[in-house]
Amino acid sequence: MDFTYTILIPLIPLAIFLLLGINYNKIKPAVSGVIGSLGLFTSLSLAYYTAYQYFFVVGKVDGVYQTFVQKWRWMSFTDTLVIDMGVLIDQISVMMLIVVTTISFVVHIYSRGYMKGDPGYTKFFAFLSLFTFSMLGLVLATNLFQIYIFWELVGVSSFLLIGFYYTKPSAVAAAKKAFIVTRFADLGFLIGILIIEFYTGTFDFMELTNPEGAAITNWASTSFMGLSVTTWALILIFMGGAGKSAMFPLHIWLPDAMEGPTPVSALIHAATMVVAGVYLVARLFNLYYFVEDGFALNIVAWVGAISALIAAIIALTQTDIKRVLAFSTMSQIGYMMLALGVSNYDGHEGLGYMASMFHLFTHSMFKALLFLGAGSIIHAVHSNYLQDMGGLRKYLPITHITFLIAALSISGVPGFAGFFSKDEILVAAYEHNKIIYFISVFVAGLTAFYMFRLYFGIFWGKDKTYEHLPHESPKSMTIPLMFLAFMSVAAGYIHFSEYITADHQSFKAHLNYPLAAIAVGVGLIGIIVAYILYKKPNELPDKVSKAFGSLYTWAYHKFYIDEVYMFITKQIIFKRVSTPFAWFDKKVVDKTMDLVGDSVVTTSEKIKGLQSGKVQDYAFAFVAGAVVLAMIFIYNWII
Amino acid sequence: MDILTLFVIVPVITILILVFMKNLKQARIVSLVGMTVQALMSFNLVYAYFQERKINNDIMVFVTDMTWFEHFNIHYTVGVDGISVAMIVLSSIVVLAGVLISWKMEDLPKEFFISLIVLATGVFGFFISIDLFTMFVFYEIAVIPMYLLIGIWGSGPKEYSAMKLTLMLMGASALLLVGILGIYFNSGADGGALTFNILEIAKVNIPVEAQKLFFPITFIGFAVLGAMFPFHTWSPDGHASAPTAVSMLHAGVLMKLGGYGVFRIAMYLLPEGALIWSDFFIVLAVIGVFYGALAAVKQTDLKYINAYSSVSHLGMVLFALLMLNRTSWNGAILQSLSHGFMTAMFFALIGMIYGRTHTRDVRKLGGLLKVIPFISVMYVIAGLASLGLPGFSGFMAEMQIFVGAFQHPDMFHRVATIITVSAIVVTAVYILRVVGMMLMGPVKNSEFENLPKATWFERAGVILLLIPIVFMGMTPIWLSDMIRESLQPFIERMM
Repeated sequence: MDFTYTILIPLIPLAIFLLLGINYNKIKPAVSGVIGSLGLFTSLSLAYYTAYQYFFVVGKVDGVYQTFVQKWRWMSFTDTLVIDMGVLIDQISVMMLIVVTTISFVVHIYSRGYMKGDPGYTKFFAFLSLFTFSMLGLVLATNLFQIYIFWELVGVSSFLLIGFYYTKPSAVAAAKKAFIVTRFADLGFLIGILIIEFYTGTFDFMELTNPEGAAITNWASTSFMGLSVTTWALILIFMGGAGKSAMFPLHIWLPDAMEGPTPVSALIHAATMVVAGVYLVARLFNLYYFVEDGFALNIVAWVGAISALIAAIIALTQTDIKRVLAFSTMSQIGYMMLALGVSNYDGHEGLGYMASMFHLFTHSMFKALLFLGAGSIIHAVHSNYLQDMGGLRKYLPITHITFLIAALSISGVPGFAGFFSKDEILVAAYEHNKIIYFISVFVAGLTAFYMFRLYFGIFWGKDKTYEHLPHESPKSMTIPLMFLAFMSVAAGYIHFSEYITADHQSFKAHLNYPLAAIAVGVGLIGIIVAYILYKKPNELPDKVSKAFGSLYTWAYHKFYIDEVYMFITKQIIFKRVSTPFAWFDKKVVDKTMDLVGDSVVTTSEKIKGLQSGKVQDYAFAFVAGAVVLAMIFIYNWII
Repeated sequence: MDILTLFVIVPVITILILVFMKNLKQARIVSLVGMTVQALMSFNLVYAYFQERKINNDIMVFVTDMTWFEHFNIHYTVGVDGISVAMIVLSSIVVLAGVLISWKMEDLPKEFFISLIVLATGVFGFFISIDLFTMFVFYEIAVIPMYLLIGIWGSGPKEYSAMKLTLMLMGASALLLVGILGIYFNSGADGGALTFNILEIAKVNIPVEAQKLFFPITFIGFAVLGAMFPFHTWSPDGHASAPTAVSMLHAGVLMKLGGYGVFRIAMYLLPEGALIWSDFFIVLAVIGVFYGALAAVKQTDLKYINAYSSVSHLGMVLFALLMLNRTSWNGAILQSLSHGFMTAMFFALIGMIYGRTHTRDVRKLGGLLKVIPFISVMYVIAGLASLGLPGFSGFMAEMQIFVGAFQHPDMFHRVATIITVSAIVVTAVYILRVVGMMLMGPVKNSEFENLPKATWFERAGVILLLIPIVFMGMTPIWLSDMIRESLQPFIERMM
């Protein structure tokens, strides 16, 4: 089967970006929204067609899912080492195509309502297309370098969209922060790629992840500080992934990124770009798993678990609803990472891998829904803060129901999508690492609590009187909500173990009833506590936060991690490194050079004698200066 | 008339016509026509070069040789390979863009354009010549007008800057002269006649002792022009005082003479010297890369930011040249080209911003994206290109450099490489700092609410520079393959 046509899936959004970007002040807003949505619909159709072809027609040969690669030479380093651009069609890339095109399309439709009347309307759709192009290119990448290229491009799209309201200083700062933090992480990624390239001579995913290939079998031939060099490379590559996926301690940009328009938060900072790190580890899973008995994979698991926990704790205390959702995203991505981290390879042993991808899929649906719902709420009350909300169920019925569905789904209530995928993650963790399992269960309880704190706080709680009566959003916004609400239930009933597995062969995954019961029980406790505290306005929440004392304050200030970074960059790098460098350059290096020049001028002043007129002065200074410098240098190097 | 000498003849004719022009209108038209012809010729040269390459496998093609001073065996010899062709295209585009940007130069326009084109003549002559002496002469022709251009049409402490720049470059060229003579007097080492011809010298085995002595002299002689640490201080002051077109030519083209000379003369003719000295200069280059980037973070004057950014980017060129393999060399050439277009674009845009707001202090500017969208968007694009965003020229140049540099498995090279790679983060910091402060945010000064939009000539100049940046970034394979071929003689010489 020829999958060459899939190259069109990213190229259509690129064409739209160029069209809208170059003519951004000529195209009418109404037209640009339609162009963007229609173009994306074409990509969406192609992606679904590809998925159908791959999973149901040609993908599976003798029970094993095949990989299809089409590539073209883009640049060459040496005769054998080249960068290709192309498309790689396998289980996870097809799944990601579905995720990216679906969410992006939904966000396009939603934005036509949400962004209505914004002066940057056309620009917004142009950037959305740019992002979609980059993300699809990333998903389809055939080699490490291609993925790095698109990795940077999604980074810049994210920068542009976070800074979309560029006259707002906080948005500008957030955009800068997101770009610089992820770029710092990408530095690790790049060095990791260089190491991999040097020891294996290739960037190609097919060669790198082949379990019998040289990259995997030869890992023990090199060592650096007690570990295989390949392991170091994988850790560095994971650093890039952790930066993009906002894993601790590189997560600090994600909450600030909420300065962007809400549809952008839904698309980029909840459903697609932030899971790129998970996708990267999944893409290189064989390397992570086989090299040095999964040492690097263990790190992935722990980073995931710690991030899940920290983010869930911080989410308990935040009052900006988008920030709660941002930390929730970080926490859920932590789940995906830890699931990958505890996974094995063959059949049912590879449950974690499957569970991670499953959760990625369901999470993208319900988290996009939560964000778009939040957008609808913010649209109605013109505030991001919980204290400005309450009793909104009367004014926003559709938003209310869909938000509730998403909250139930993320909390793992049986019957909803999140329940199924989270259950698989817990099973995988239980089978391979008990400590991580306990952390995961605890996080599940926290998740249910903070989600319902949000839900009750927004839709129930105190009956606020509003200056402008909030009203339900237009159809272009509520229809996407309803669609995603449907998906937040339905996605759970897909038998993922049929389609996406570490070893490319289907297996049967079953619900593990005892573990599911525990998780559901913990989740229900979280919901009940939230119900008691926030269903009706009362004194309890304050008392509880007081009872936790300094822990509450720490969590509220996001464990002061931002302050630590600020200290390092502002106090150490700017003040202690950069400023002295600038000073050194002006006062030492430059002064030395001036001194040489001055002494020449002084000398020539003294010896010019009968000469007069500026021209000769200068000429003399040139020659003399030149000779003096020459002599100094020659003298130095002869000695 | 041969195809290469025309590159010197056309500017000279342009200058001769300019002499008879009376006012700005006439002068700029003549310059524009002359430099357009020059640019078209350079495009034609690319085509002709590819045609010639099919049938001609010499190191240099289109070689013409005329005896100049027979007694010293000085010839006027010209010829090109893939590298010099690329440099000529770069120069012709930057010069043309410079003329477009100077469309409203009201102060002594005739003299300004004459000086500008004299500078261009020197640059083109330098890139086509393969005789050391001729090359040196053209080098001096390129450097001298700089003094006048900054001293007369500059701003701020222009006399100081012009003097400093000229003195340091003159000092460098004195070193260079010593180096060139050193090479010349050793070119008879195998028993042949003394010669200045690069191709002839490349066949000679110059004694290692002589190489060891003259390599650093020649290297520094050129590297000063390439703003190597610690000889870079002329560049920030020079840029800050120079008028727009001069900054463009200076950073875009003139500083490229440094890297080109290092490669073509110091490294090609003195390979043993290069091997002996490479570690020492790698240290300086790496310091330059990181130091330039860090110093740029703290600057507040736009031109200083870009001058230090140039120190960083050109440090990377020297670093790549010293890594002594084909991939990194390829990267060095690409980085030179890419930096040439990028900084020229930056300085053009800075000139436009300064012309409108009369300040280059980023702290005073703000919200320009709203007021002058075209200039601001282009500045963002130039910034993204400069921080190595894929799709623009800088990315593939840097990747070639990093991959090439990573081929050395020893600790020294590894550490040097990783420090250099880390500079890309600092680059992102200083670029985004400017973008954030100057282009985004609220408009800080109410006087800036109604700035005039970019004129068509300004737009044309900027777009002209943007096209090659995008072209190189999107389809790197054509250019890198053209350069790759021409690196073969260097590889053979070095082994």
